[in-house]
Order: sequence, then C-alpha cells, then structure tokens
Amino acid sequence: MPITFTLNGKPVSLDIDPDMPLLWAIRDEVGLTGSKFGCGMAQCGACTMHVDGEPVRACSMPVGSIEGQRVTTIEGLQGKVAQAVQAAWVKHEVAQCGYCQSGQVMSAVALLSGNRKPTDADIDQAMNGNLCRCATYVRIRAAIHDAAKTMRA
Amino acid sequence: MTAQQPIQTSRRRFLQGASAAAGLLVGFHIVPGGKALAATAKAPVALNAFLRIAPDGIVTIYSKHVEMGQGSYTGLATILAEELDADWSKVRATGAPADAKLYANLAFGMQGTGGSTAIANSYDQLRQAGATARAMLVQAAAEIWKVPAAEISVAKGVVTHGPSGRKAGFGELAERAAQQTPPANVQLKDPTRFSLIGKQVQRLDARAKANGTAEFTIDVKLPGMLTALLARPPRFGGKVKSLDATAAKAVPGVMGVVQVPGGVAVIAKGFWAANKGREALQVEWDFSNAENRGSEEILTAYRALAQQPGRPARRDGDADTALAKAAKRIEASYDFPYLAHAPMEPLDCVVQLSPAGCEIWAGDQFQTVDQANTAHVLGIKPEQVKINTLFAGGSFGRRANMQSDFVVEAVQIAKAFGGNAPIRLLWTREDDIRGGYYRPLYHHRLAAALDDKGELVGWQHRIVGQSIMGGTAMEAVMVKDGIDATSVEGASNLPYAIPNLAVELHTTKAGIPVLWWRSVGSTHTAFATELFLDEVAATTKQDPLTLRRKLLAKHPRHLGVLNLAAEKAGWGKPLPKGWGRGIAVHESFNSFVAEVAEISVQPDGSWRVERVVAAVDCGRAINPGIIRAQVEGAIGYGLSAALYGAITLENGEVQQSNFHDYESLRIDRMPKVEVHIVPSTEKPTGIGEPGLPPIAPAVASALMAVTGQRFRSLPLPDKVKQA
Repeated sequence: MPITFTLNGKPVSLDIDPDMPLLWAIRDEVGLTGSKFGCGMAQCGACTMHVDGEPVRACSMPVGSIEGQRVTTIEGLQGKVAQAVQAAWVKHEVAQCGYCQSGQVMSAVALLSGNRKPTDADIDQAMNGNLCRCATYVRIRAAIHDAAKTMRA
Repeated sequence: MTAQQPIQTSRRRFLQGASAAAGLLVGFHIVPGGKALAATAKAPVALNAFLRIAPDGIVTIYSKHVEMGQGSYTGLATILAEELDADWSKVRATGAPADAKLYANLAFGMQGTGGSTAIANSYDQLRQAGATARAMLVQAAAEIWKVPAAEISVAKGVVTHGPSGRKAGFGELAERAAQQTPPANVQLKDPTRFSLIGKQVQRLDARAKANGTAEFTIDVKLPGMLTALLARPPRFGGKVKSLDATAAKAVPGVMGVVQVPGGVAVIAKGFWAANKGREALQVEWDFSNAENRGSEEILTAYRALAQQPGRPARRDGDADTALAKAAKRIEASYDFPYLAHAPMEPLDCVVQLSPAGCEIWAGDQFQTVDQANTAHVLGIKPEQVKINTLFAGGSFGRRANMQSDFVVEAVQIAKAFGGNAPIRLLWTREDDIRGGYYRPLYHHRLAAALDDKGELVGWQHRIVGQSIMGGTAMEAVMVKDGIDATSVEGASNLPYAIPNLAVELHTTKAGIPVLWWRSVGSTHTAFATELFLDEVAATTKQDPLTLRRKLLAKHPRHLGVLNLAAEKAGWGKPLPKGWGRGIAVHESFNSFVAEVAEISVQPDGSWRVERVVAAVDCGRAINPGIIRAQVEGAIGYGLSAALYGAITLENGEVQQSNFHDYESLRIDRMPKVEVHIVPSTEKPTGIGEPGLPPIAPAVASALMAVTGQRFRSLPLPDKVKQA
C-alpha cells in the first residue's frame, strides 16, 4: 500500500518498502537531494528534516512511520525564521565544505521557531546532534544569535 | 606532498589553453543561487584557460583546485578578479576539467589539490591570467572605439575611455577580446592598489551551501543510474574465498552482484535496495595474506624498535655524545593512533562508461592520478577519462589517494557490470571508518640533554611508523635515503637553537593502508616536539613562552606569531582556579601558527577547552575571512583528534564503525576561537592545514600546567588530576 504524506506542502504518495528510511525515500524516490546522508544512525544530523515541525534524523526514520504527516526539507523551508537563518548563514560565511549545512540550518530553524532568544546552552542542546567535521561551530553559534536578533528586530 | 618543493609558473601554458577550455564550455557552472545551469545559447567566451566571460558580464573562473571547504574557489577567483578588475558580484567559479597540461598544480607537476598549495602555487599564475585577460579587453575596446589603449581604464567590470566618456561592460567586449593576441608582457598591479586581495570578499559558495542547492557527488542524477555498495573484507588484505549471492539477488531492486578486486558489489536501484542486498550477501573471506595483527601488537613492536638507532633524517653536532655527557637527561615517549578522516560526505564516485572512454563525477582531489588509474583499469588513455570535479563534502586528505581507491572501485564495478548503466558508488559511514587509508600509527621517543647550567644542549628524536609515500608513485620523489619526508616533517626542521640535534626514522611495514591526514606529519611531530619542549621547560622551571623565545631568536616568523598569540591571549595574566594556559608554535606548509589554549579542570577531573587564541603568518592574506575560518576549523578538527580520535584494531579488525565510537567534536565542546593574522607582504602560503598542528600540544600543555601531569599520547584522557 502506498505511503502518503505531505512534502514541502504538496501531497506525496510512494509505493515503496515502508522500512526504507525517510532520507532515502526523499533522495532516491522523490529526487530532492538537499538533505544529506552522513551516518545512517542518527549520529550526525546531516539528514535533518522537519516532521510536523519537529527536527528528525531522516536517515533512521522508516518512511512508513510518517504516514499522514507533514515533512519539510531544506528545499521547502520558508518563512521569517528560515530567511533570517539562511541570511545569517551567508553573512557569517558559516559553510566550509557545506555538506552538513542543510541539516544545521534545519536544526537552527527548528530551534528559533520555538525560542526567539536562545542562550549558548540552548544552542548547545539544539545543535549537538549536528556534526560538522569542518568545525564551523563558532560561526554556527554566531549566526544563530544574529538570526535571533534579526527576528526580534 | 610537503610544501618545500619549488613552485614554477608557466605563462605560456594557460595562454595556449584558451581554445581548449573554450571547447569545454557546454556543461555546468555554479551560480550563487547554486543551481547548475546548462550553458545558454549565446555561449560565454574563454579569454584563457582560467576564465570565461558571458554576454551578461558574468565572469566564471575555472578553479584547478577542488572546493572541499577550504575556500579555494573564492580564493583563486579573488586573485584573478583582482588583476582583471572584475566586479566581484559578477564573479563565479567552477571546477576546471581534468587536464594536467593546463591545470597542473605547479607544486606537484600534476593536477591535484593538497599540501595547502592551492593559493601558493596559483598566485602568480592567476595574477598573470587576470592581467592578460584585462589587457585583451582593453585592446578590444581600443579597436572598437578607435582610441589608444593607454587612454582606457578598467574598474569593477567596466571598461572606460576617459576622454570620450565611452563605457562598455566585460560582456559586451568579451567576444572581440577573445580574438586579440594575448600580450607577451603585462604589468601586474602594485599590491598597494589591491581592492579585492586582502579584503573581506563574500565567499562564492556561501548561499548555495545555506539553501541546500550546492551539488555534491552524492546528488548527481543521470538517466538509468544505479547505486552500488561494495562489501569489503573485514581485514586489510583479505580476499573473497567464496560467495553466495542468491539471497542478495532476490532483494527487490537489486540489479546485479559483481565481484571486483576489492570485494563484492551489489548494484541496485537506489541506496536502500543496495544496502539490503549487501546485508544479504554470503561471503567467506580468505585472510591468509591479510594484516591480522592488532594495533597494540603493532605498537609494542614499534616501542622495541625505538630502542635502536634509526635512519638519520637530520644530524646537527653530536646528540649521542651530548646525551652521554649531560648533567641531566629527560626522556619521554609518545604514542599516536591510526586516525580516519571521516569527511561528512562519505566517499562516493559516479562513473559512466562509453565507447569514447569514461566520465567521472567526484569531489576529485587528484585528477591526474585518478585519470591514470582509471585508464589502467579500462585499458584506455588517461585523456579519455573525463572528470567533472564537484564540491567535495570534506576530505582532509582522504580524497587524494595515489591508488584512487574509491574511484577505481567505481570504475571496476561499472566495468564488471558491462558498462550497462552509470554507476554511483556510495560508501556508508561504516565503510569509511573501516576503509583504511588512515593517518599512520606512530611511536616517538625523545631524549634531551641539559648541561650543568640547565641549558638545552642535546635533542634526540626517534620516530617509528609506516611511510605514507612508500610503495606509491610518489616514492621516488618523496622518499630520499630511506626517509619519507612526510614521516619526519615538523621534527626534522625543528627551529629551536639546539647545538646537538638528531632526528631518526624507523619506517615500518604493516598491512594497514595509510594516507596523509590534514597537516600530515605535523599531526604527530608538533605534539611530540612541543610537548617535550614543555617537559624541558617544566624540568628547568622556565616559562614555556620564555624558553621558546630564547630558542627561536633566529626565526622571526615563528617569533612573530608566538608573540602575537601570547599578547592577544594575555599570557601570564591570572586565570580562575582550575584554569590553565598552554602555548605551541609550529611551521607547516611554509606557514607559521602559534596557539594559546585556555582550559578549565573541574573538581571531578573532567576538563574542557575554553578559549583558543591563534596567530598566523601565511604571507599575504588573500581572503582574511577564509583564513580565519580555516584556522577555526583546523582547531576544531584537531580537537576532535585530541579529545577522541583513535582507530584501533584487534586481530586485524577495526574496532570502530561510526560516529558513536569514532567520536567527533560537537558544538558544545567547541571553544571560543580568536584568529589574528600577521600583516605580511611575503608570497601567500597555505592555510588549510597549518592551523591544526599546534592545538593538541597547546591543550596538553595547558593541562600539564594545571595538573602537573605529563601527557604522552593522543587522544588525551577524559579525566585528569585536579591541581
């Protein structure tokens, strides 16, 4: 039986193995490749998407488990928070290799959607699941604070 | 791949190459929005091998160096755009095709990226390329306007004839400019007139990497493309003894199972089916020629070797006699584990075979080597191997492989599958962590001789470990008199004024593939030398900074960064209880970096790095923002290794598999970082790697200052003694 959910605001129906991780369903079946594969066991966060607004590690979530839910990927990000975060990412030149950054941005948007003035400890907690081997963390932190400031202005 | 080789520029080469580059214009380029656009009907025009100009004035730079995060696209474009007087908002960059005649790294003599050479080897070449193209635009305008070229000026992408007020954009002049004969001599700018170099220009890839549109190898889509995963032997050197692929072939979506020299590949429609298919394989392995030792056994053998003299890598005075006559001797040994690079994008490669040859998509770091190895597998000529170099999701050395391991695997699989479909080979994280090509395991043994006044008069340093270059095509160049330069770099060029100094090397054999890892030999030599010097300072009750200043009197660039870092960090100023500072200075890839680490130790012995102050001298700073980013990143990457990094083996099997047991630094452990750049008019040198070597010794030195404990291996312990 096909699995049906909403992807970036549009209905999607996929007739695939329900055990296939959401990440690979989106990448290989739908063809959206902004979300990345980094570990396959929810250790690195490169695959982070929003399911019903909450950040999830799509590499470890069976696509069958999201029936009827709303999935947002980096391609479908929109709104004031997303704009503030992405603008801050560009301004602070956060990315180096850039491979983890879709996931970083998704986690940062989720954080700022619920917390307009995060402390460093809030940032640590919200972003600790997102690895960056280029170690862009100094700029991730600065960009999140800056985006929060933009949103409050 | 050390940085000590001379850089030779060839002007003629890139000028000759203009037409060749023009032939490659149909393809893709990265625009700031990140979309890959097919070239438009009215094609851009190449003025030489390094740039083309579109009718709308967009200037696209061909980067001969892969963009793997180090900022090469932006840095190289900055150099060229400076001399071209381009409008930065109209500058783009894209990966150059594989063609060593045009795009050789002038430090290597082949096309490839590494050794922090991108800016250093390209600086003169791209200034020439930019200035030549600028002159051709001016000549074109002079022809069209029938005015003397001397009356024409160029600024921000606009060519102007002052007396008549006529103006034209680059796009309007490009076609006519391409018809000009490149001038033999061009005047380069006086650096005081630089408007892009040394300024904070916006990174070209920032936007695409913030909105998910940057294209990596894993994102490549080709019609009919299939995904391959390779089952590799669980011990290095293992071979397939028997294979039963029945269950794997029965997995829905699996299109084939092929055996290749490296193992057994499952080819499927998509990752998930390939993964399930691989799990269903029944493979029995033959370990008769495999490396079956564990890392403890290897280390034990190294420790025994270190008792014996090794091959001399440097000999000043007579260290043996100095040690024999010393009023006091200090001895210490240091251990370093194997390390995986673990770039965020696991290795991957897309291959399409055709009657004309082979086309590759990869975050390709060693184009010439990958062409040659691919050609060898397919029995074709290297120039029949077309490489599309995409963004690499990190590398840290891993994608520059003399065996082209991940490229060759993909080519072998595509060939074994009959060339019937484009093949996308993916590595999982487990494949990556267990896939070898590690920073070698090393053991160091150091001895220092102090005279009766406590002066450091002798230094003996023995290094034991595998050669990175040995057995590769680079052996002839990089291994001299049995000394692999990459095994001893950072130790054999120790800058400290010590009259009797010996550096010796034992090169070992082990069946574990090894490779350069960000900053190569300096990953271990900086730790051993800097921390051992701190032991000397502690023993003689000297301040580590004072001792270094004394021994570096003849090394102004070392001193420059050392003093700047110390000053900015407030060296000597009081710290809260349980806090401490450590300092380290190191030269690598012709750049000089000093770092001061501030750490805090909690009552339970747990500790963290609070703040790092770095000072760097990499010659003329092309893009200060990227330099700071690289140093911040190198500190973070080095901290990962210092806090957690270790690949260990038991009975030949790697014990780690993913980020849960091969941990990496997360945001909560990232210290505050300040980077200070020494103003310089020297030629620019590298910055991708040099920020790394000082961090681990600076941190360990700070821990030593707080606890009095000695730290002689990496990674550092989770808990230390309280002061």
